[in-house]
Amino acid sequence: MLLLDSFINIFLKAAFFENMVLAYFLGMCSFLAVSKSVKTAFGLGLAVIFVLGFTMPINWLITTYLLSDTGIFGMDLTFLRFILFIAVIASMVQLVEMVIEKFSPSLYNSLGIFLPLITVNCAILGGSLFMVAREYNFSESVAFGLGGGFGWFLAILALAAIREKIRYSAIPAPLRGLGMAFIITGLMGVAFMSLMGIDPSALAGAK
Amino acid sequence: MAETAVAEKKEGISFGKKERRLLIDPLNENNPITVQVLGICSALAVTSLILPSLVISVAVVFVCAFSSLITSLLRKYIPNAVRMIVMLVIIAFLVTIVELTLKAFSFTVYKQLAVYIGLIITNCIVMGRLEAFAMANNPWKSFLDGIGNGLGYGAILLIIAFFRELFGKGTLFAGTPIALNIIGAGPDYLINTETSFLFGWYVNNNLMVMPAAAMFIIGILIWIQRARFPKLVDVS
Repeated sequence: MLLLDSFINIFLKAAFFENMVLAYFLGMCSFLAVSKSVKTAFGLGLAVIFVLGFTMPINWLITTYLLSDTGIFGMDLTFLRFILFIAVIASMVQLVEMVIEKFSPSLYNSLGIFLPLITVNCAILGGSLFMVAREYNFSESVAFGLGGGFGWFLAILALAAIREKIRYSAIPAPLRGLGMAFIITGLMGVAFMSLMGIDPSALAGAK
Repeated sequence: MAETAVAEKKEGISFGKKERRLLIDPLNENNPITVQVLGICSALAVTSLILPSLVISVAVVFVCAFSSLITSLLRKYIPNAVRMIVMLVIIAFLVTIVELTLKAFSFTVYKQLAVYIGLIITNCIVMGRLEAFAMANNPWKSFLDGIGNGLGYGAILLIIAFFRELFGKGTLFAGTPIALNIIGAGPDYLINTETSFLFGWYVNNNLMVMPAAAMFIIGILIWIQRARFPKLVDVS
């Protein structure tokens, strides 16, 4: 029960209160570029949840059993962290790319270059580094990965929905599309700042 | 195989109109940040001051140019299924060179920037240009494309940093020998006239220090750019 509690806490915290995109501004490139329509945003969002949810526990295993001085090599190898994390992420993204190309060629084409660029999506590497810095355990790292991915998914879906609606508004032509997307994201970020610092465990305690 | 690569390279080294376009286009019409939407994260993270933005820009020009060159030279030997890992190894190698160079020659700057230098690995401009251009073009063109995109990125970074530093901290070039404290109250500022009503009235705007400010500035830059070049306007 306690385990489930902390799992839910971390999930909620990663998804809403410390949202990767809107609170930390990580993973912006694909966030802005692929949010033109809800459909592609949905596909990319799912891919990010998948990649984050899988790389986080794998990277946790790597830090704990390969790189730490209590691991199998018995010495501190943390300087290899970047290369190993990136290698895990890159292979996971390559896998996702192959799967999407096989099962949904239209989604594959509309995502274009931004599918391989999930590899360099800072939210994913950043997530793994946060996970190390906050000293999560295995189940917490799963929760953090899924929560962070879910938060990213919700954020890109929200932006895509706003952008689909705002197409009918009388915005000055040069600001249409990308320019407005930047300003909307800035405003969403400011709004999300008010959520930062809320502690979900305190909320549960108040109940 | 090697012979054709050499022949191709020979024919490639020339500086005609096409090559010039490769260098000039990313500065405006095909700008990595405002048109291709690549490399936004670092544009938000480092631009609260001018000095780090300048160092990062130079580093990105270097990494972008040489990773394009190396990837383009190797492009026929890289199997498609592992290309991302190969590219990342090339990028990580170059970033390590930058990091060690900076550590050796300018330790104070290195101290300030340690984390951000590492983050060049995950800067999407580098990887994006490798994927979109260097994998399909000859080494000389890819090299120019890398330099051009690095410069286009740096130009936007410096514009954002100028406004954020000026309005967020009231200074320009803080941390360099030519640091200027322009507006704002306090004894450190260049034009500090506590008695004058013209200067010293400025209270530092903390909104400009936050990443959200960079989003607004990029949004406005895009607005200005597209107002001047209407063919860039999104029609959809």
